Amino acid sequence: METRIDYYPTHERGGFRFRKGHVLPFGASLVGSGVNFSVYSSAAESCTLVLFRKHAPEPMVEIEFPRSFRIGGVYAMIVFDLDYEDLEYGYRFSGGHDPSRGLRFDNSKILSDPYARVIGGRDVWREEPDWNDIYQHRSRLVFDDFDWEGDFPLETPIQDLVFYEMHVRGFTAHGSSKVSAPGTYAGLREKIPYLKELGVNCVELLPIYEFDEWENNRRHPDTGELLLNYWGYSTVAFFAPKAGYAATGVLGMQVDELKTTIKELHRNGIEVVLDVVFNHTAEGDHRGPMISFRGIDNQAYYMLTPEGYYYNFSGCGNTLNCNHPVARNMVIDCLRYWAAEYHIDGFRFDLASILGRDQSGAPLSNPPLLESLAFDPVLSKCKLIAEAWDAGGLYQVGSFPAYGRWAEWNGKYRDSIRRFIKGDEGVVGEIATRLQGSPDLYWYRGPSASTNFVTCHDGFTLRDLVSYNEKHNQANGENNNDGGNDNNSWNCGWEGESTDPAVNELRTRQIKNAATILMLSQGVPMILMGDEIGRTQKGNNNAYCHDNEYSWMDWSLAETNSDLFRFFKHVIAFRRRHPALRRNRFFDHRDVRGVGAADITFHGIQPFAPDYSDGSRCLAFMLCGPNATEPDDDIYVAMNMYWGALPFKLPRPSSASPWRVAINTSMPSPQDIFDPGEGHNVDRDEIIVGPRSIVVLTANARSSEGEK
Amino acid sequence: MPLTINSSSQGNSARLKLTGEVDGTTAANFRTEVDRALTSAPAILVLDVEQLTFMSSAGLRVLIFAKQKQPSLTIYVLKPQPPIVDTLRKTGFYDGVYVTETEPETGTAKS
Repeated sequence: METRIDYYPTHERGGFRFRKGHVLPFGASLVGSGVNFSVYSSAAESCTLVLFRKHAPEPMVEIEFPRSFRIGGVYAMIVFDLDYEDLEYGYRFSGGHDPSRGLRFDNSKILSDPYARVIGGRDVWREEPDWNDIYQHRSRLVFDDFDWEGDFPLETPIQDLVFYEMHVRGFTAHGSSKVSAPGTYAGLREKIPYLKELGVNCVELLPIYEFDEWENNRRHPDTGELLLNYWGYSTVAFFAPKAGYAATGVLGMQVDELKTTIKELHRNGIEVVLDVVFNHTAEGDHRGPMISFRGIDNQAYYMLTPEGYYYNFSGCGNTLNCNHPVARNMVIDCLRYWAAEYHIDGFRFDLASILGRDQSGAPLSNPPLLESLAFDPVLSKCKLIAEAWDAGGLYQVGSFPAYGRWAEWNGKYRDSIRRFIKGDEGVVGEIATRLQGSPDLYWYRGPSASTNFVTCHDGFTLRDLVSYNEKHNQANGENNNDGGNDNNSWNCGWEGESTDPAVNELRTRQIKNAATILMLSQGVPMILMGDEIGRTQKGNNNAYCHDNEYSWMDWSLAETNSDLFRFFKHVIAFRRRHPALRRNRFFDHRDVRGVGAADITFHGIQPFAPDYSDGSRCLAFMLCGPNATEPDDDIYVAMNMYWGALPFKLPRPSSASPWRVAINTSMPSPQDIFDPGEGHNVDRDEIIVGPRSIVVLTANARSSEGEK
Repeated sequence: MPLTINSSSQGNSARLKLTGEVDGTTAANFRTEVDRALTSAPAILVLDVEQLTFMSSAGLRVLIFAKQKQPSLTIYVLKPQPPIVDTLRKTGFYDGVYVTETEPETGTAKS
């Protein structure tokens, strides 16, 4: 094929031939025998492309963009005959330096490309960087040659998902994982059979955009333990996967390794949702490092005070200016890129309320970014899930601008379920609402807008929730001042690890209670990594800085707590067997099909008499299978969070079939949860529900199948 | 360490014997030889890598290049050293080639 005329070089410098480039797409892209570099700045006076060989301490050439190479604020250049595999690039920008006007140009700094698809410099996790390197986070090229073998995003209906929130490194870093590449994407891939056995069908990955684990690193004053940015909620490069999470990151092959893992997850019916952090960057406040955005277009990318300092709605020093057109377009481009190039199935937005603030920080009634994402053609089948609050005090659970598309982490569900389980008074009425998918919050969106969870990375693990009354964050080196104090936890009679069998039995039961309520609630459940085997963080409810056994999943617990794993596996399977638990619209509270019972009815110890008084600690409900959106069995759930056993009179099933026990959390394994057809029939009209226990019954209301 | 490539062909099979290292500087030679081997559209490409001590990402990308240039091509990677197998597995390239310790029957093609 003839070389296109616009791919001939017109300029030369230091042996490097180049010509004017294409302004779009932004970033570095392969064109003909060259690389097209395109970068934007609204306020710079000039820009210089800086090229390195991989890992080289000094650039091999610096080429200032001639004036004729700039269109508007975009600098574009094609450089020919580069060795793509051995190339790193960055930019120097010149312009005013007047922080009070938001200008912080400094052409002594080499800056990463905001659209860099791969970043070098932190290729191996926890390998201490060369702090004297003049270019810490090095933009590299990516090669679009991955063989997806026909893979595409799964587009599972969101109400059918069971999320598993996990940290890529923490999942397999522990020696007990026995994988060949601990702490990596490849390690996660090796553990797919475990996820499949558990029954989850969506992994929600804590941040995997390139971040710097060394950011704000320090030694614990007492122990000398190295504390790192382990969670990674501090983005260096939005388009680049975390190299340190790849066993092949040292070869620069993190893109291939991650895509291979995603492809394999999809093959096993497991979706991939990314926890994305667009509320701030790793550049911190005015004292932070100059990595990219600050030195390229400070006013465009960041929310600035009238004095030129950084608004801090993220609690991390700066706030991305999400509703500035430039930042907004970058966010949209980025998400489109991940959806299209990595086949990502959805995104969970960290501190998403920031995405609804204007450039001065005020909440917008119709935020352009959130609206654009809701209606974006590339993202139209992606799950969009908001953490609907921020560190600036905006709390939008139930009121997040959703455009009929956005789902939310339901923090109110978490809080009320925790209080109910620990035996607080005055929450039964709210529980009835939360179990239905929180119609008070999402009446116009449906129950699938509610991501239900009891625990997540931020806070206690489920084991710790039932083992500690107070946080124990001394290992974080902040005098136990960090982390939330509103944990709604209860230690079951002893603070911390216990050798008392009664305490431990109660804790196990409480964990099963939480799992049962979570899986039997309308909405979309999310499990925290390791909760299914009783993972503990020793009472630490803010383990963001621990790249150690506080955070890692100890796989030996799968054996120690095999009964717990079995319970989770079965209760997840129970949910997935019963469409009545996965409705995509709220209950009608009436007998739509004339089968003798409303789609949902609430009960107390007497049928149809729920006790919503302040002193109540029990509630029962029945789902009428024939009135479900898909025909199902009848399901009766009796929850007794009182410290004594209680008799529950049963409502009659909608058919002649008897009630049969499916779950009884007061019983030891394996009588705590049964396979279909294994539980015994209930031959009376009353059951005894043990102290702080849940009993679930089913009755076959389907013509030829069901829980026989 | 330099890379030496000996190429040969027989019937519908092309063969490259690699000795040394495929790194950033030698990957281009590797690609040129693969490109040349594919000009006769062989059904099988045998890469004898027993004497290959290192293969960089650039070298692995040559395998992708070969598969994408000629999708029906069957690639045998003969006697790779463990680190190379390890990288092939972790990047997923392993699934696109036949890794073998024994001389392949070049009369057969990948189904």
